[in-house]
Amino acid sequence: MKKIQDVLKERILVLDGAMGTMLQRHKYTEEDFRGERFKDWEHPLQGNNDLLSLTQPEAIAEVHRLYFAAGADIVETNTFSSTTIAMADYHMEDLVYELNYESAKIAKAVAEEFTAREPNKPRFVAGSIGPTNKTASMSPDVNDPGFRGVSFDELRVAYKQQVEALLDGGADILLVETVFDTLNAKAALFAIEEVKEERNIDVPIMISGTITDASGRTLSGQTAEAFLISISHIPILSVGFNCALGASQLVPHLEVLSAKTEHAVSAHPNAGLPNAFGEYDETPEEMAMQIKEYAEKSLVNIVGGCCGTTPEHIKAMADIVKHYSPRTLNTLEAHNV
Amino acid sequence: MNNTKDKEQHSTKRFLKLSGLEPLVITPESNFVNVGERTNVAGSKKFLRLIKEEKFEEALDIAREQVEGGAQIIDVNMDDGLIDGKEVMVKFLNLIVAEPDIARVPIMIDSSKWEIIEAGLQVVQGKCVVNSISLKEGEKEFIHHAKLIRRYGAAVIVMAFDEVGQADNYERRLEITKRSYDILVNKVGFPPEDIIFDLNIFPVATGMDEHKLNALDFIKATAWVKENLPFCSVSGGVSNVSFSFRGNNPVREAMHSVFLYHAIKAGMNIGIVNPSMLEVYDDIPKDLLERVEDVILNRRDDATERLLEFAETVIGKEKENKVDLSWREEPLQNRITRALVKGIDQYVVEDVEAARLSVKAPIEVIEGHLMTGMNVVGDLFQSGKMFLPQVVKSARVMKKAVAYLLPFIEEEKLKNPQPEGSSSSAGKILMATVKGDVHDIGKNIVSVVLACNNYEIVDLGVMVPPEKIINAAREENVDIIGLSGLITPSLDEMVFLAKEMERQNFTVPLLIGGATTSKAHTAVKIDPQYKSAVVHVNDASRAVTVVGDLLQKEASQKYKENIKLDYADFRKKFLNRGKHKEYLTLEAARKNKYQMDWSKAGIVKPKTLGIQMIEDFDFRELEPYIDWSPFFRSWELHGKYPDILKDEVVGKQATELFDDAKAMLKKILDGKLFQAKAIFGLFPANTVNDDDILLQHNGKEFTFRTLRQQAKKYVGKPNFALSDFIAPEASGLQDYIGCFCVSTGFGTDELADSYRKNLDDYNSIMVKALADRFAEAFAEYLHREVRINHWGYAVDEGLSNEELIKESYKGIRPAPGYPACPDHLEKLTLWELLEVKEKIGVELTDSLAMWPAASVSGYYFGNEEARYFGVGKIKEDQVADFAARKGMPVEEATRWLSPNIADD
Repeated sequence: MKKIQDVLKERILVLDGAMGTMLQRHKYTEEDFRGERFKDWEHPLQGNNDLLSLTQPEAIAEVHRLYFAAGADIVETNTFSSTTIAMADYHMEDLVYELNYESAKIAKAVAEEFTAREPNKPRFVAGSIGPTNKTASMSPDVNDPGFRGVSFDELRVAYKQQVEALLDGGADILLVETVFDTLNAKAALFAIEEVKEERNIDVPIMISGTITDASGRTLSGQTAEAFLISISHIPILSVGFNCALGASQLVPHLEVLSAKTEHAVSAHPNAGLPNAFGEYDETPEEMAMQIKEYAEKSLVNIVGGCCGTTPEHIKAMADIVKHYSPRTLNTLEAHNV
Repeated sequence: MNNTKDKEQHSTKRFLKLSGLEPLVITPESNFVNVGERTNVAGSKKFLRLIKEEKFEEALDIAREQVEGGAQIIDVNMDDGLIDGKEVMVKFLNLIVAEPDIARVPIMIDSSKWEIIEAGLQVVQGKCVVNSISLKEGEKEFIHHAKLIRRYGAAVIVMAFDEVGQADNYERRLEITKRSYDILVNKVGFPPEDIIFDLNIFPVATGMDEHKLNALDFIKATAWVKENLPFCSVSGGVSNVSFSFRGNNPVREAMHSVFLYHAIKAGMNIGIVNPSMLEVYDDIPKDLLERVEDVILNRRDDATERLLEFAETVIGKEKENKVDLSWREEPLQNRITRALVKGIDQYVVEDVEAARLSVKAPIEVIEGHLMTGMNVVGDLFQSGKMFLPQVVKSARVMKKAVAYLLPFIEEEKLKNPQPEGSSSSAGKILMATVKGDVHDIGKNIVSVVLACNNYEIVDLGVMVPPEKIINAAREENVDIIGLSGLITPSLDEMVFLAKEMERQNFTVPLLIGGATTSKAHTAVKIDPQYKSAVVHVNDASRAVTVVGDLLQKEASQKYKENIKLDYADFRKKFLNRGKHKEYLTLEAARKNKYQMDWSKAGIVKPKTLGIQMIEDFDFRELEPYIDWSPFFRSWELHGKYPDILKDEVVGKQATELFDDAKAMLKKILDGKLFQAKAIFGLFPANTVNDDDILLQHNGKEFTFRTLRQQAKKYVGKPNFALSDFIAPEASGLQDYIGCFCVSTGFGTDELADSYRKNLDDYNSIMVKALADRFAEAFAEYLHREVRINHWGYAVDEGLSNEELIKESYKGIRPAPGYPACPDHLEKLTLWELLEVKEKIGVELTDSLAMWPAASVSGYYFGNEEARYFGVGKIKEDQVADFAARKGMPVEEATRWLSPNIADD
């Protein structure tokens, strides 16, 4: 199979769309979430989407299948919240290894199915590493700004466990995404470097931040460029932005990344901004037109969708970007004398 | 593929890139990067003391001052034997991260202990600099630390230090830096642009021969590093170089400048420099410069002796200046300039008379001699070399001089009538405190400073109705209108005036100032009402620049357009930002009220219920209760008392001001020039309907309406209202509340005016500033009396003044119009209840400001859990509810509460 680094030079790669939006269509009940195995679990489980990899694995595989069929080159594992920190809400810390391992396995099996069918278009699995529900740079208590709900070390340990399981389950790439606090992301990158060193392996890393609003900053207050500088110490495959904003609002921030990084640039925006009911209603055609602007401006190497996007959105994007060549990577000035 | 856009491959340059909330990219073209060094316990005694005493708020102020003062990186060091460096480093960095105005710059984590460095790296999201590592403990540890630093994503300072010792000559510096570079770049894979070498700055002119080359070797080694170890940076702590001249600042400052001048030329691009210990290279006297350069560059064998000899004369001169009057021998213009700069009015009439005799028309003395002097004052003030109290004193001298000249000028006018409009002033500015507001200290200061800069001031005073401002502006044909206000209703007055000016086709620029005003309010509420320029100006030095730009003949149009654009842009950003705040409905906020366990509340019944009055109070008792820090702030000297008296930058000026204040205080006390009056009462009360406090007095009922926080809180945090601190009726417990009004303002205006008539604005402002402090002190005193005697719930309390200011006692005294009860309307109830106007003569203006201005009124809450908080923004549902409770139309309530109503 071709390496992703090589495929990136040939064309703009397409990442999948939202998992949650697709699962909502099933209208799963508490019982569906529990399945047979967790029917006696002492805490409510409805809403724990990552758990569906264990209780409704076929539904998860089906979502991956729909996205690959729509033209995605990469799908994300169903592990956005599969860390001990985020799973504490459901008292499922002990299941974290299994959640990541099984989710990666499900996605990998579907990817292999498609690669076998279309060997000239290899399909990849990105292990999704979410931000957790705690932040290392901000206090949850307005009256005590020096307090922190989670430490770097707690995050590092939790991320390390997730990374090991994702790799064991077959993830080809690690995607640290929806970074609203750069310090959380740095803990994830630190953990990945530890695993790489201990196993003596290399693994491509994608990192994707989140610009929260029109202020143009992350939730933890950094500008796009400050964010880029803060995560550039690790050899990464790509850097980009996802979530919170729609495709058009992301343009200025992608321009910053595109001009300043020597890595590939990714974007997986939401289907527009949420409407009054909190729903995303940008159509596949509308969103694809925005993605076309990315391609015309040569801003990106990888595109995909976040909240509210569906296989139809991904298909519309894939149909557009195949007509464009990818952004050429900047090279870092040599230092050998 | 139809992508026709041509794409060239770009090269990303290897620059040292750091980040806080914002990026800092250091390129070969960048100016020297100054690292703030005050947040270092090893270098600043004050910072060490604050950290030891856990005064983190003040320690943060030091960090903030450095960033505001231009530090591009701040160094944080907690290495001290008596503190837990690791814990304090983490705590302080966590606090810094919560302050966006500090956290925007990158942090330098400075420690000799690895565990402290690592703890620091774990709490900062941006790309930091580690200060420092070296080969001192051998290669293995060096590599281990470098790898971890890389993994944490930081740049690193590498000291020129190895197993043998510190590099103290040229060759050793080369040897160690080359070895360090090779290990870092080739073995660890550390990017060279993230390496900063500290090449060790050592003292020169120590008298020992082996130290002669210390500076020169550093400079030469710097050049070598920049040439041979590409992309690396060079830094160092500059003050070391002048160590042997401790106590002689003029020489030290010259040495720092000369050293930096040559080191920067050689390629040193980062450094720890105290900006106040730096002379401008070009300003160093030639003879001193030559001797300092001889030492730094080791140009002569006897360089040290010659500098030492010279240094003694530098000290000598300084001492002499303080005592002699030799300046009286200097030419006339120099004498006048000096009198203005130093604020000496003793000889000014004499000098002005001499000047008058030397010119054709007396007006030429003002336009020539005096303006030349005032321009020097203006320049020094703008460049931060003079402080506000000095400028106000200069104004006093200026006024005295002009007053002397006026009769001659009038006489001249009669002889030679001038054509109309041939005024010599730079522009005419109307100043007014808006209708309903009585506070004018800030306005007076700005007026004086502008007058010093040759602007003609039309001061309409306080409580000026809009039509009067409009008429005066038209009659006097002013060039700018300046509005001031301190209380929140004044904000609406300003909006109204802007509308009115627009309606009447005014085009002159509008300046907005005063404690309650802000750039946000100006941009969002005032600017859209008026097509011409509206500028928010909150300090005197900026006022001069802004007015100068607005009235400049050629460029002012462009400037005004830019101001308009800037405010429009600010408005847009501000409105976008505001939208994300989440609010609860009033009902939900009430459900989340602060829940006290009333069964354990320990309510104390006041010893004396009812109303009491104090008249002819002896001011001497108040002196210990004065909180001096705000006094200095009103003169734009920032810092906490008493530290401010020893502050490096403003200490001298603060001490002088404080001496003047003490002298005035004595005069006021001895002459009984102020009168203090107070009225207060304690009443049975209970909370009813969640947010109302119902109290009984003489068989009548009075109700205070409180406002409740509505912003959505973190889980477990209540939405406060003051009523939460009084037992609800339903608890079956009888609770109590107090109310008070104190004033020290009687006599203030008379005294201030008498100074003003004598052309002494300095003492006029001083009188008002002191009256304000007395009012606060009186409120503090009375609160204590109430706690200990009249209510008596804290009989055994014994607090120092400092503890009082920190408000560490039990119970609170919130004032209507301030954050916990931002609505001014409750003052009406308070006035009715206590009969304030009838009994002690303090009145309320249309906007519900108190008159005389030096007055304080408020409530007493005695419960231990009562605390100060800010209501913040509220929503329409609470406005409507409040209006219903007050029995007033919603529109009226909206008008009063508008500064507190959330915009979206």
